[in-house]
Amino acid sequence: MEGFVAIYIFMLAAFTGYEVIARVPVILHTPLMSGSNFVHGVVLVGAMVVLGEARTGLEQTIGFIAVLLGAANAAGGYVVTERMLAMFKSDKKAGK
Amino acid sequence: MSAKVLIDASYFIVAVLFILGLKAMASPVTARKGIVWAGLGMVLATVVTFLTPHMQNFGLIILAILIGGAAAWWSGKVVKMTDMPQMVAIYNGMGGGAAAAIAAVEFARGQIHSPVVATLATLGALIGAVSFTGSCVAYAKLQGLMKKAYRLPAQNAVNMILGVVTLIVGIMIIASGRPSVNLVITFFVLSLILGAIITTPIGGADMPVVISLFNAFTGLAVGFEGYVLGNPALIIAGIVVGAAGTLLTQLMAKAMNRPISNILFNPITGEAQGGQAVTGSMKELSALDAASMMRYAQKVIIIPGYGMAVAGAQHKVWEMTQLLESAGVDVRFAIHPVAGRMPGHMNVLLAEAGVPYDKILDLEEINADFAQTDVALVIGANDVVNPVARTDKSSPIYGMPILNADQAHNCIVIKRGQGAGYSGIENALFYSENTRMCYGSANGVVGEIISHIKSMEG
Repeated sequence: MEGFVAIYIFMLAAFTGYEVIARVPVILHTPLMSGSNFVHGVVLVGAMVVLGEARTGLEQTIGFIAVLLGAANAAGGYVVTERMLAMFKSDKKAGK
Repeated sequence: MSAKVLIDASYFIVAVLFILGLKAMASPVTARKGIVWAGLGMVLATVVTFLTPHMQNFGLIILAILIGGAAAWWSGKVVKMTDMPQMVAIYNGMGGGAAAAIAAVEFARGQIHSPVVATLATLGALIGAVSFTGSCVAYAKLQGLMKKAYRLPAQNAVNMILGVVTLIVGIMIIASGRPSVNLVITFFVLSLILGAIITTPIGGADMPVVISLFNAFTGLAVGFEGYVLGNPALIIAGIVVGAAGTLLTQLMAKAMNRPISNILFNPITGEAQGGQAVTGSMKELSALDAASMMRYAQKVIIIPGYGMAVAGAQHKVWEMTQLLESAGVDVRFAIHPVAGRMPGHMNVLLAEAGVPYDKILDLEEINADFAQTDVALVIGANDVVNPVARTDKSSPIYGMPILNADQAHNCIVIKRGQGAGYSGIENALFYSENTRMCYGSANGVVGEIISHIKSMEG
């Protein structure tokens, strides 16, 4: 990837992350932390690429650990967030 | 070639799904849709990655996904709602570990050619490794595996020296172009120790902010390793989470009135340092009197704390609320930003019991109403209602925003025993003139109150 394109992506992604969270009500802080924890579980994809290219035993071992940890991050993050958010309901129409 | 186009297009869709998902999660109405979108994005990302040209070790990849995914899925399903924060911590730590491991493989392959790539790989490895061990320590503390806050003599100096040495080794790796195996191993070991040693002295009360900080760290580490691998999905998801997590950390720290630098370098260690002695005596109240006080009140505000959640009393509390409401009492819930173990944790626990979220109010929304409230009912909360945070400059919690339960006409405190709170600080509210104490487990006392209220209807 071209160096400057990557820097633009970094910058825009940082602003996006900031804006998305900026007006979140306190009641969603924990689910949102959990949700963003799930999103960085995409590290699994990087781990898969790395293990897919691994040649030596050492590379395979570390790559295997990376995929294992990444998969746990993604799967665990999803289940926990889903369980928390499943509980939100209101007896009136959406308050705020 | 076409596989590459398909993969790139899919990663683009994945990035859109992640951002839309996070956006949706920022509102209670759409939050459930949000996690489903993000989940679809993750599945798509994982599936198309198998199409990457020249991939090998398919068996190993699938095996690792199955083991890691299934173990985490199962543990996430069975964990109790009160234990959620430490689960978030441990999953987050694993993400950090994965990012560090990616960097390790890239170093082992000797595939890092430019200084920019080397710098980001090294930074990502450092941050990821710190997040990994730090989150593991946070997990151990919240899970009760590690009870005390260990503090080395001259802790800050030790942290500082270790941090500087780690950075120097990191710079040596970047400068050398092709770093030796020993150098890389040294770097990883130092980074892992650093994460653990920073986190061990931090007390449980500050842990939510630390977990959130490590969450942001992992995001950054993932973004940096994404650059190393030339993978835009990792860059975007990682940096978005890094920025969002940093903001979330600031919001949490602000809610506790504890600057992040204070949490990391000047932790509350357990015994109250400073703070004036509290005078007066605690006055006891029976469940029957508590029941009649609330039954014949007009306005009641319930302040739930972690003690209620641990007792699992939220269902009983909601039952009591419904009884009071049908008797014409106006009942609301006041949530301190750090009630429970994380901001919003208490809302989740109340939601689990079926309390509609529009009855649950934040500190700023409700604090002015206490003066017109007949009864403030404190259940298993302590530090968040301690008026010394407003009055006693020498107290370690001075300046923390609190719920003004002491300003209600009457205050009833349900508490297991007479001990001090999580931070170990005496609570002046308990000794106040208009406060009455109901000793017992939250479940037991609220259960008694419910039966007394029922008998009054007869």
